[in-house]
Amino acid sequence: MTAPVQAPAPTDGAPPPAGPRRRGRLVPYWLLLPGLLWLLVFFALPLVYQASTSVQTGSLEEGYEVTWHVATYGEALGDYWPQFLRSVLYAGAATAGCLLLGYPLAYLIAFRAGRWRNLILVLVIAPFFTSFLIRTLAWKTILADGGPVVGALNALHVLDVTNWLGATDGDRVLATPLAVVCGLTYNFLPFMVLPLYTSLERIDPRLHEAAGDLYARPSTTFRKVTFPLSMPGVVSGTLLTFIPAAGDYVNADLLGSTDTRMVGNVIQTQFLRILDYPTAAALSFLLMAAILLMVTFYIRKAGTEDLV
Amino acid sequence: MRTPFRWLRRNLVVIAGLLTLAYLLLPNVVVTVFSFNKPKGRFNYSWQEFSTEAWQDPCGVADMCGSLSLSLRIAFWATLGATVLGTMIAFALVRYRFRARGAVNALIFLPMAMPEVVMAASLLTLFLNMGAQLGFWTVLIAHIMFCLSFVVTAVKARVMSMDPRLEQAAQDLYAGPVQTFLRVTLPIAAPGIAAGALLAFALSFDDFIITNFNAGSTVTFPMFVWGSAQRGTPVQINVIGTAMFLVAVVLVLAGMLVGRRRNRKST
Repeated sequence: MTAPVQAPAPTDGAPPPAGPRRRGRLVPYWLLLPGLLWLLVFFALPLVYQASTSVQTGSLEEGYEVTWHVATYGEALGDYWPQFLRSVLYAGAATAGCLLLGYPLAYLIAFRAGRWRNLILVLVIAPFFTSFLIRTLAWKTILADGGPVVGALNALHVLDVTNWLGATDGDRVLATPLAVVCGLTYNFLPFMVLPLYTSLERIDPRLHEAAGDLYARPSTTFRKVTFPLSMPGVVSGTLLTFIPAAGDYVNADLLGSTDTRMVGNVIQTQFLRILDYPTAAALSFLLMAAILLMVTFYIRKAGTEDLV
Repeated sequence: MRTPFRWLRRNLVVIAGLLTLAYLLLPNVVVTVFSFNKPKGRFNYSWQEFSTEAWQDPCGVADMCGSLSLSLRIAFWATLGATVLGTMIAFALVRYRFRARGAVNALIFLPMAMPEVVMAASLLTLFLNMGAQLGFWTVLIAHIMFCLSFVVTAVKARVMSMDPRLEQAAQDLYAGPVQTFLRVTLPIAAPGIAAGALLAFALSFDDFIITNFNAGSTVTFPMFVWGSAQRGTPVQINVIGTAMFLVAVVLVLAGMLVGRRRNRKST
């Protein structure tokens, strides 16, 4: 170990050396102030406003008043529980899909890519620079009725299975739940691959060798060594895909039909077209509460508290 | 008979990974191919015939290039704002001890753990209650807000891995605090700040949900694409998408080559 660098002895009368830790106790607060103020005013305060809007009654013409009309929550949930359920189901399916598809890719980049590693990483990130709306619209072409993809799925009898599950409808994929889940999976896949890659990359390859030396088969090595060590990546990856997918309304709108509307679609129409602010605010608050609950429970269960 | 089967089993993960990569890139291939299409109707979803018309006249659609330049301007200012504020927070978090650290961390983590539509709707409630005029400024405020946390995370990771003895060494050599910061701290933290800024730019430029709620009648590029999905998609949208993809790949690869050369020189 190298010896710690000695600070020069302060000469008499001169101020002590201004080390980063000694420069005055107010410095961190000045550094934090502008950014935190921004978050308080434009992130936290709006949530308070929204909570108050959700218990208001009135109309757009006569104005709204806080009447503690909590019944709005019950009504909103009663009217829109199918959309809520759909959001959770679609987002859950998309998260599972992302994990299944993303894990091999992350594994490939971390352990098997060699000198191609950086190129593959660039290819994972580069699609971000084409607007995600344009890329989502491309799925309309890929999944078009009578197109090669639908034809192949039909020939392989995949559509028979998905029809039976209720995820597709006859010979169509577009405008069905399968199309929406496929779009969600596609859109949030990089948010799964990157955290998985980061945690896989930290694993010492000698651990794999050690497992092999102890006569563990490759599958046992994966189950007992690789996968448990990649848990932080699995947890943050699933959160980073599930949360945005549950609130998304773009995929349901562009690739789905009126039967695939998610809670995001309802919030958007209530807020921007019907202008029923209390209902929209209540729905948005319910979505937030549901997700925060699930996330807290999930993090407890998965046992990783140091996500931030 | 056993050897090909064995080869397949050993390389199964590589094949699966490459298939996923293909799934990720397929839409970009489609976008590129269809930028050379000449559609019959208003929508560019099925292949008709090869044409380079759209590439020769990328701004031929009314309002599209205007929305593109607006998006670039918003992304520039949002990146600048979020990077400055976020870097300051990251330094405070790593380098100093202060009260209410947990609350500060939570306030930074929550915007990343919140569905966009919730932030979008609640911010709109605030703006409506304040009577703010929706447009450029409300969009910019929103973008700085949601980019901030991502910059903090990126910069924090880099500053945390920095050796504090480098700064002590600079001070031992009689560098003042400002000089130490500018000549030692900032250059070492630069890759983290650059990564944060790049992330903020990409997030802001591509944002649709929060922008759609808070833009009023202002139209950014993603909002233009959204509107065209209802009215008819011009081929020029694909031209812009393809060009941006190529520019991003070329810039990143060039950056990697420069970095590699510099590394070789220094060793």
